[in-house]
Amino acid sequence: MAKVHVTTTINGEPMEFLCEPNDTMLDALRGPLGLTGSKEGCASGDCGACSITIDDRLVCSCLMLAVESEGHEIRTIEGLAQGERLHPLQQKFLEMAALQCGICTSGMLVASDALLKKHPDPSEEEVRFWLAGNLCRCTGYDKIVRAVMETAAEMRAQ
Amino acid sequence: MTELRYLAPDTLDEAVGAFAKAGSAARILAGGTDLLVQMRSGVLKPGVIVDIKKIPELTAIEQTTDGGFRIGAAVSGMALAEHETFGKVWPGVLEAVNLIGSKQVQGRASAGGNLCNGSPAGDSVPAMVAAGAIVTVQGQDGRREMKVEDVPAGPGRTNLKPGEILVSFTLPPRPPGSSDAYLRMIPRTEMDIAVVGCGVSLTMKDGVVTSARVGLGAVAPTVLLVEDAAKALIGSRLDDAALAKAASACSAACRPIDDKRGTIAYRTKVAGVLLKRTAAIAAQRAQGK
Repeated sequence: MAKVHVTTTINGEPMEFLCEPNDTMLDALRGPLGLTGSKEGCASGDCGACSITIDDRLVCSCLMLAVESEGHEIRTIEGLAQGERLHPLQQKFLEMAALQCGICTSGMLVASDALLKKHPDPSEEEVRFWLAGNLCRCTGYDKIVRAVMETAAEMRAQ
Repeated sequence: MTELRYLAPDTLDEAVGAFAKAGSAARILAGGTDLLVQMRSGVLKPGVIVDIKKIPELTAIEQTTDGGFRIGAAVSGMALAEHETFGKVWPGVLEAVNLIGSKQVQGRASAGGNLCNGSPAGDSVPAMVAAGAIVTVQGQDGRREMKVEDVPAGPGRTNLKPGEILVSFTLPPRPPGSSDAYLRMIPRTEMDIAVVGCGVSLTMKDGVVTSARVGLGAVAPTVLLVEDAAKALIGSRLDDAALAKAASACSAACRPIDDKRGTIAYRTKVAGVLLKRTAAIAAQRAQGK
């Protein structure tokens, strides 16, 4: 199968890669691009572990073809921290133990970041609905929801 | 494995040409939230994928000159939610579209895909039927318009001709005192497929219903327009007798299947219950309450 050449922007940096036409964005991220922070849980858009943004829009990278990223702006979990400085969400997830095995964590962080950019002051209900597409089998969600609420409050205070 | 070609034309003419040329091997890619799952599971092995998201008309939300709306077939649920006025005029259509999957799915999935997927349980379809949406389709013989309720042909099938592409939905202008609502019954609160879905659009004057349309989903091989339910509502003040009559009409229209989500008896009863609840919400909105 002839490989396709794709030019895109990932976490603010221009990138080029080769992929098969039926590769998903998740395949490309974890393969040629070497960005393995996005996880494959279900590969059918149910679990959210592969969450990324395309042009600031939250999506599952398993439900998008890699070739569709041509000319668009992709952001992944690798773009969340500023160098060594963790994003407030990452810091708060650590402080409040909002993770256990970690498989869902990248997706939870990317989705939560997208939420706070759009709604800096979400209610608990809004957080729970927003994260309904991110499955966690360890924490029971409460710690995650509390960490997101707490981060939102701190970010608003700054 | 067959060779897959990915095409992302900038114009509808190019897309129609490529889609028709590739015949049954081709699939249209809008949000891809169903197509990619089907490809992954091996249910579908398309030879050509025609991505329609680079065609401006298919991703546009426009107000028509008469005050209606035209929504491109590939507009995502999130884009529709972000539109300044659409959700105020058509809250029922918007809430139906926004029930499709998670926020991640909302970022990609479109009402056009939901319709063309042909699922009897697609959430946006009963609301679009209630809204009286007209779809524009384009094929090699040009454009034509269809009522949205005429598009589904059965589970997984549509009445689009080979090579035709769904271009847009046109929603009519709203007289004062109009609104709509959509409710679905699912066993949980989020992220599930409708056991029954009900869309109601109403226009009211001085507390009396002057026009009504009712769409029902997941209770027959295709989404239904229930004209008898609308007739029972028109002319009424949505009193108990009128609602009971409309609910019976909904139950009578049901031809459901038994499956893990609900039995025939359950779906038939719930169709009537949902009609009453949905009409109440639409009426409240229509009267500005």
